[in-house]
Amino acid sequence: MSEEIVIVGAGTGGSVLANDLAERLATEIDDGDVHVTLVNDGPDHVYKPVWLYVPFGKRESADGRRPLSELVDDRVDLRIDRVTDIDTDAKRIEHRDGTGPTEYDHLVLATGSTLAPEEVPGLAEAGYNFYSEDGAEALREQLLSFTDGHLVLSVVGTPHMCPAAPLEFVFMADAWFRERGLRDDVEITYTYPVNRVHGNPNIAEWARPKMDERDIGVETFFNAEEVDPEAQVISSMEGTDLEYDLLVDIPPHRGVDLIEEAGLGDRGWVEVDKHTLEAEHAENVYALGDTASTGVPNAGSVAHYQAGVVGQRLASHIRGYPATETYDGKTLCFIETGMDEASFVEFDYENPPSPAPPSEKLHWSKLAYNEAYWLTARGLL
Amino acid sequence: MSEPAYDADKTVDARGAACPGPLMDLIGAIKSADSGDIVQLLSDNEQSTTDVPEWAEESGNDLLELVETDDGYEFYVEKA
Repeated sequence: MSEEIVIVGAGTGGSVLANDLAERLATEIDDGDVHVTLVNDGPDHVYKPVWLYVPFGKRESADGRRPLSELVDDRVDLRIDRVTDIDTDAKRIEHRDGTGPTEYDHLVLATGSTLAPEEVPGLAEAGYNFYSEDGAEALREQLLSFTDGHLVLSVVGTPHMCPAAPLEFVFMADAWFRERGLRDDVEITYTYPVNRVHGNPNIAEWARPKMDERDIGVETFFNAEEVDPEAQVISSMEGTDLEYDLLVDIPPHRGVDLIEEAGLGDRGWVEVDKHTLEAEHAENVYALGDTASTGVPNAGSVAHYQAGVVGQRLASHIRGYPATETYDGKTLCFIETGMDEASFVEFDYENPPSPAPPSEKLHWSKLAYNEAYWLTARGLL
Repeated sequence: MSEPAYDADKTVDARGAACPGPLMDLIGAIKSADSGDIVQLLSDNEQSTTDVPEWAEESGNDLLELVETDDGYEFYVEKA
């Protein structure tokens, strides 16, 4: 009887894990002792960091897509289908389009984030975002023809994907408008829900002086409550109203509903042990990446490192060894601080971030990694 | 552990969450609460002892009490 490992979601976490297991358990898979299934609701793998560059006309969103069939090891049973139900008592998942149901011995949830702009009245109608492919392209249409007025970037909800991206966007917008001689005609304001410009105090302390130097306006303790698309005003529950000409928002995020329906955690985030990544409310279930509620940033590097941990733990369980690998909170991010310079941070549960001085070299390192990312997805880097 | 300071209408347990998780959880709960409701926030993050009072003042909601417990802090916030 083969040991069934099912991974739901083929973003960075799910894809890296599938390829990791294919290599790690190659002998067992070839012998028919282990079977790995990867289920994704679309045929493509999407590398979302590309979207940051799309509104500035620097990349095409298609640059961030590759067919999963090209990225995932042949030892993995790839199924393009949507999972509609998880029964952790019966150890069974249901599918929408007839490629299941699937019984599992080990389940890994890597279903990621979804956007929920409808949680703030008026936001979906009024705001533009670079957190989806369609959104990035729609924002590009607006931004490329925006020559004067007030650009407001509002971080509406946390946690959200790539916590540094809102800062990157305003730094890039500032540099981009300066290069084009338009900066005096474009006012930029950045809003954040808590009393600093980023959730992490060290990154906030590093970023704030840069924003002041570049004349990027800041509104902290700004929790968007509603947007009036006709009057072009965004209002906060703290009582501040901001008029805008172009509203760029980081919308509220959720996980997927089936996680909440399965009793694994609120808002679609799986409650896990933050070191072992095992679900708190079910046996033989792991979560990784955005899906796992660990308190670390929703970032690709996190999903990548966590996939290695889950891969080792699963292999150990299957071979009857103690699972020793644990996740220490490691996170690694490049942060664009303009159109041709970037910083870099690395931190974990114990050690806070200390952003590196911005440089052109780090900017090119970020762009080089964006290209090399496809090796990461294949499990090679 | 001491008796709860107030009879809360809603409790948000954000123990274990990294900053700014506890404050964001509180803000979410206040958003969906009715005026006059009392929300209890449980947090073991020391930064919350600065963030929560500052946000309550900024947003016009009333921080009724901050209680230090064996495993963190209890905040009682009344929605304006």
